Amino acid sequence: MRGNVNIFPLLCVLTGIIVIWYASAIYMNAPFQRDVYQRAKTQWTTTQLIGDTLAQKRPVLPAPHQVAEEIYKTTFLKKVTSKRSLIYHSGITFSSTILGFIIGVVLGIALAVGIVHNKALDKSLMPWVISSQTIPILAIAPMIIVVLNAVGIQGLLPKAFISTYLSFFPVVVGMVKGLRSPEIIHLDLMRTYSATQWDVFWKLRWPSSMPFLFTSMKVAIAAALVGAIVGELPTGAVAGLGARLLAGSYYGQTIQIWSALFMAALLAGTLVALVGIANRMVLKRMGMAA
Amino acid sequence: MAASSSLSKEQSVININDLSLTFKTNDGLVHALSNIDLTINSGEFVSLIGPSGCGKTTLLRVIADLETPTGGSILVNAMSPHEARMKRAYGYVFQAAALYPWRTIARNVGLPLEIMGLDKEECQKRISHNLALVNLEGFEKKFPWQLSGGMQQRASIARALAVEPELLLMDEPFGALDEIVRDHLNEQLLRLWDKTNKTVVFVTHSIPEAVFLSSKIVVMSPRPGRIHSIIESNLPKDRTLDIRETQEFLNIAHEVREGLREGHSYED
Repeated sequence: MRGNVNIFPLLCVLTGIIVIWYASAIYMNAPFQRDVYQRAKTQWTTTQLIGDTLAQKRPVLPAPHQVAEEIYKTTFLKKVTSKRSLIYHSGITFSSTILGFIIGVVLGIALAVGIVHNKALDKSLMPWVISSQTIPILAIAPMIIVVLNAVGIQGLLPKAFISTYLSFFPVVVGMVKGLRSPEIIHLDLMRTYSATQWDVFWKLRWPSSMPFLFTSMKVAIAAALVGAIVGELPTGAVAGLGARLLAGSYYGQTIQIWSALFMAALLAGTLVALVGIANRMVLKRMGMAA
Repeated sequence: MAASSSLSKEQSVININDLSLTFKTNDGLVHALSNIDLTINSGEFVSLIGPSGCGKTTLLRVIADLETPTGGSILVNAMSPHEARMKRAYGYVFQAAALYPWRTIARNVGLPLEIMGLDKEECQKRISHNLALVNLEGFEKKFPWQLSGGMQQRASIARALAVEPELLLMDEPFGALDEIVRDHLNEQLLRLWDKTNKTVVFVTHSIPEAVFLSSKIVVMSPRPGRIHSIIESNLPKDRTLDIRETQEFLNIAHEVREGLREGHSYED
């Protein structure tokens, strides 16, 4: 019953978006279509115009069904190993996203642990962590690739490092807050047991920080995907969703761009959902599931 | 001579001499405690009672080495409070149960034992023994939020007892509970004290609670936090809640109330 109640507004919004999208597609593609008619000196009716605006090869804005068809063709009808398969490109982007995300989470946690336990690190590190995020990733991404290439690191890692660069930040911020979240009374309790820092960390600070860790990981994994795609854009990568976007824009293949965009969105949604599932499983085991 | 003095040292668990504690705040110095002299002997049940701001909780926290006094001397088991804390000489029960929400009741009680590095078998033995003491058998696998406030506080008492300290420090442990649960827990605590013969220091602001539980009542007054008077009580150890109707009980309660009234200036 509750499912029905929740899905109705969702469907309304979805329908609204599709309607607006079709309307925009017709409106934006119409000038080019009229041009075509004029040059060929054909007579045209409104119905014909609408039909043709939704079936152009390189529309300004492809219609939803064109994007859907392209996605279907490049996922189900192509072999996964084919260079034309979106699954193949998604897989490339996915692997550097995950690698970068894992490095980012480990790095973020390590920095947070240092910041929480050491006053000097707290004062010295935090400003750098914050200012690192003020540099546009698009500007620094080619540098990272070039510099790493110079020291002989190629392939997946340079792209993953760009994901790391974006994803460690929410983890640092979240975990600093999480590791500092235990109540004073819980810390006092540890003091009465004359517990070591090690015990206080593993038995109190770490478990207290779990909800914070998962919340920041949800942000981090989406950022990691953006990082991976950005890493593929200016670097002449030949595979991956970013490369697909770039190739699409070179050749004016708007349908290809849009389908790559949708795959990216789908991938992001799936990754965030996976973190959400892990979150629920861990918190349930800890008896804290909401 | 030396033998007899060490014997008397053994008798007294807590020795406080001219103790004071001053907090520095933005508004200047706050005299949380001043000129505290108090001796607590082994097996006593001592209540610290007074209005808020009289320093009763601060005094308990000084004994527990959670606060550091700025003057005077204090010995816990003939050691400094710091040494006593390092040797885990006391169990502390806070105002709130302070159970870790991600641990089951059994694992909450086992928390200090894990930190002490006891082996699994000994942990298990102490957990079930102490949960039985506070009548919480069968709740081992429950999480704190599945228990009522009173049961949570009982679990926290079991956790303090699991350390097997000779000294139990309790900071208004039943303050947040309703009166019916409170009466019940008071009676259970008294039985526990009778059975285990521990020394208890108990902070409260309830006169009936203090009189019912204690063998010695320390009446404190605020600004600066100090001891107004110390009232001895000779109520039998195996008393029940009915004793609150007796003249003896009412006399002691009256004495405590008078002390509180004298110590508390109503002008400010």
